Amino acid sequence: MKNPLDSLWGTVISGVILTIILFFVARAIYPHATIGG
Amino acid sequence: MDWSAAIFRWIHFLAGVMWIGLLYYFNFVSAPASAQATAAGEAGPISKYITPLALVYFRWAAVVTWLAGAALLGTNPYGPNGFISAFTFHGAYVLIGFGAWLGTIMLFNVWVLIWPNQKKILGFVPATDPEKAKARRVAFLASRTNTMLSIPMLFFMGSAHFATLFSR
Repeated sequence: MKNPLDSLWGTVISGVILTIILFFVARAIYPHATIGG
Repeated sequence: MDWSAAIFRWIHFLAGVMWIGLLYYFNFVSAPASAQATAAGEAGPISKYITPLALVYFRWAAVVTWLAGAALLGTNPYGPNGFISAFTFHGAYVLIGFGAWLGTIMLFNVWVLIWPNQKKILGFVPATDPEKAKARRVAFLASRTNTMLSIPMLFFMGSAHFATLFSR
């Protein structure tokens, strides 16, 4: 399997996928109470 | 009025633009252009004059960005341990914590993987041809990794402005 980081588009798409994954991880652990409020 | 937070944020943005701007320059412009220049036998000036200077600003902008970001977390009025809270994903610092960790991994890549290997590639330290070939691959993958990580890093750096997205 080719390393996606060998191409620029592969790198950008990998970054977007990682963003989506981390978004759901962050949403799962976010405390749902705003600071100072 | 808390001037220190405003100044640290300003420095964080200025240095961050320089760091990530040069990272994108290396990946989107310099690498493909250098490959074409090498094929044409004209890569000398790039590796002799442009890349070394770009690397100076690149690696020191990374340090200034991280330090200003750490200082900014320390000035947060909502708690005395903003820095620790971010890196331990505590309370309201969860979102910026993701950005802080990604930025820290990227700083590590700059100083531990990219710069030492670039020194071999550019001839600042002696290296055999196989060592240079390996250094080129490691530096390339570390730089591409940072480009990939910069995408979620910038998302989380701005996350305070769209925290409602994280409501369930």
